[in-house]
Amino acid sequence: MLKILKYSFYDLMRSRWSYVYFAFYLLLGVVLLFLNNDLSKAVITLMNVIIVLVPLIGTIFGVMYYYNSKEFTELLLAQPLKRPSIFLGQYLGVALSLSMSLILGLGIPFVFYGLFKSGAIWDFSLLLITGVFLTLIFTALAFNIALSNENKIKGFGYAILLWLLLAIIYDGVFLMTLILFEDYPLDKLSLVGTMLNPIDLSRTLILLKLDISALLGYTGAVFKQFFGTNFGLIVSFSVLVVWVMLPVWRIVFKSKKKDF
Amino acid sequence: MNKLITFLTVIFMAKLMYAQNIEVCSTCSVSTLTEAIAQAKDFDTIIVKKGTYKEHNITINKPLIIIGENYPVIDGELKGEIITIISDDVTIDGLFVINVGTSYTEDYAAIRVRKSKNFVIQNVVLENLFFGIYIEKSNYGKIYHNKIIGDAVEEYNSGNGIQLWYSNYIEIEHNFVEHVRDGIYLEFSDHCIIKNNVSEQNLRYGLHFMFSNDDLYQDNTFENNGAGVAVMFSKKIKMINNTFKENWGTASYGMLLKEINDAEIIGNTFQENTIGINIEGSNRIVYKNNNFINNGWAVKVRGACYANSFLENNFLYNSFDISYNSKVNDNVFDRNYWSNYTGYDLDKDGVGDVPYRPVKLFSYIVNRTPETIILLRSLFIDIIDFSEKVSPVFTPDNLLDNNPLIKKATW
Repeated sequence: MLKILKYSFYDLMRSRWSYVYFAFYLLLGVVLLFLNNDLSKAVITLMNVIIVLVPLIGTIFGVMYYYNSKEFTELLLAQPLKRPSIFLGQYLGVALSLSMSLILGLGIPFVFYGLFKSGAIWDFSLLLITGVFLTLIFTALAFNIALSNENKIKGFGYAILLWLLLAIIYDGVFLMTLILFEDYPLDKLSLVGTMLNPIDLSRTLILLKLDISALLGYTGAVFKQFFGTNFGLIVSFSVLVVWVMLPVWRIVFKSKKKDF
Repeated sequence: MNKLITFLTVIFMAKLMYAQNIEVCSTCSVSTLTEAIAQAKDFDTIIVKKGTYKEHNITINKPLIIIGENYPVIDGELKGEIITIISDDVTIDGLFVINVGTSYTEDYAAIRVRKSKNFVIQNVVLENLFFGIYIEKSNYGKIYHNKIIGDAVEEYNSGNGIQLWYSNYIEIEHNFVEHVRDGIYLEFSDHCIIKNNVSEQNLRYGLHFMFSNDDLYQDNTFENNGAGVAVMFSKKIKMINNTFKENWGTASYGMLLKEINDAEIIGNTFQENTIGINIEGSNRIVYKNNNFINNGWAVKVRGACYANSFLENNFLYNSFDISYNSKVNDNVFDRNYWSNYTGYDLDKDGVGDVPYRPVKLFSYIVNRTPETIILLRSLFIDIIDFSEKVSPVFTPDNLLDNNPLIKKATW
């Protein structure tokens, strides 16, 4: 598995797209800092970008990589190798190279700007951690989609739909549900609703750091326990881990059964 | 100032003419404060030496100066009120008063001033108290440099640090109050000046006005209270250069205004409060040159607020800048700096060319269904906020800052 991971990783490192991705984040970081002159505000803007863009790029890139390297995969399948190790290797190769572009691309301008001396370092590291989590989750989901669809166009379609669903539509439906049932106690429902969507979950995680004073404005014991203590942070992280595990497990499961 | 000078001269003259000193210490001929007061003549000075004096219900019924040397302890042994002043021109300086009794029927205070004028209470330290300094129907007093440290846990069985009741022209400066119910409480007290005080970690309010008019509070710090300052049913109050910090919680405000008219709120800083200012039924208030930084809601307008003006304030990184619960707006927003402003300034005059709408649709939704706060900063919310910005349906459409500043307002 490690060998395949290495090959995928080096392959991607040589590819143009990793550099484009890296350059994009680098540019974003530099421009944000240049325009804002303020670390904490830049962190808020970055949060918006990361929560929307990282999943999009993760899904598209994952699907793209899978279809592009299909011939190589078939070649590998002819070798005496375990199937999970082939697919997990490829998956980790993609996810890690994307995460690296993200971390380096955003990290470099912020470090040069004096991140280590500022109070925003914790917010920023939290941002990067959620970014990495989102990459892991959405690349895995992309691999799932690609494994289930032989047709490339369909695969891409589903990938974009998945992103659209989780990034925008889900929140719309969620909001409508909350407004519709506003006469009922909703704090548990709203927390569960957040847990079910990795994008919402990462957003909440960052909100816990940035907007804690607003979140405490709502009167609800469950909310208060969740947001007022470290409990929320711990639960959010564990659910994120579950969100990585589930699609990865399905990659393993699916790859074992799939007929090539 | 004139009053002060006259007052000082009177005391000085009095002292020169026939004042004498009485010393109190455990080995002196006079060993208790009560005894000393009984022996003293008008305008005498009583010097209390270092030591512990277990006394309560000390009544000061003649003009006296009581000075503590090296903070002598007056221990009330939780039996009730400790010092009661019922005469004009009394000065208390440098005492350490502890253990005031708690009662559910009577407001026991460490030091109470009743129907007296020209009192001075300074450099006093109060600990383990019910009420701290209680001024009752007394005018022209000064309360300087005192330190009040309570241990209040629940509102119903705790008292206030400094309480004024029907007392006018009182100056309260450089006091430090913590862990009581209300740090400083004014009821029916006009023309008072409250300056440079620090009030923190109080159960209810850092500073509380009720039916008090024409007061000034300036350069105070209110941190981590149930709510920073509550101003209720009062007129013409000036609030200048105060700091309101970290008042967090479901009913926590930096400042709570209820039925306030003609006030001025200038140069204050509201930082990291759940709600910076909560306004209800308040009219003709000028908000100028204030900083709102990292609050949940910078300003929450509840209703019946007319003819208020928000001029040249900085709204920096608040989750919500302004929240309204109705579609009617009669308040003016002009030349503020909004960190969320996304417009441009083509003619480079420092004023944005596109008006800014401080009320978001989402703040309206959160008002209706508080749980939706969990969707804060979601992409979907940004989209609906944007569409509301383009054509307002739920938020007041004349609520605009027509001249949003491009750079932070300075003054």
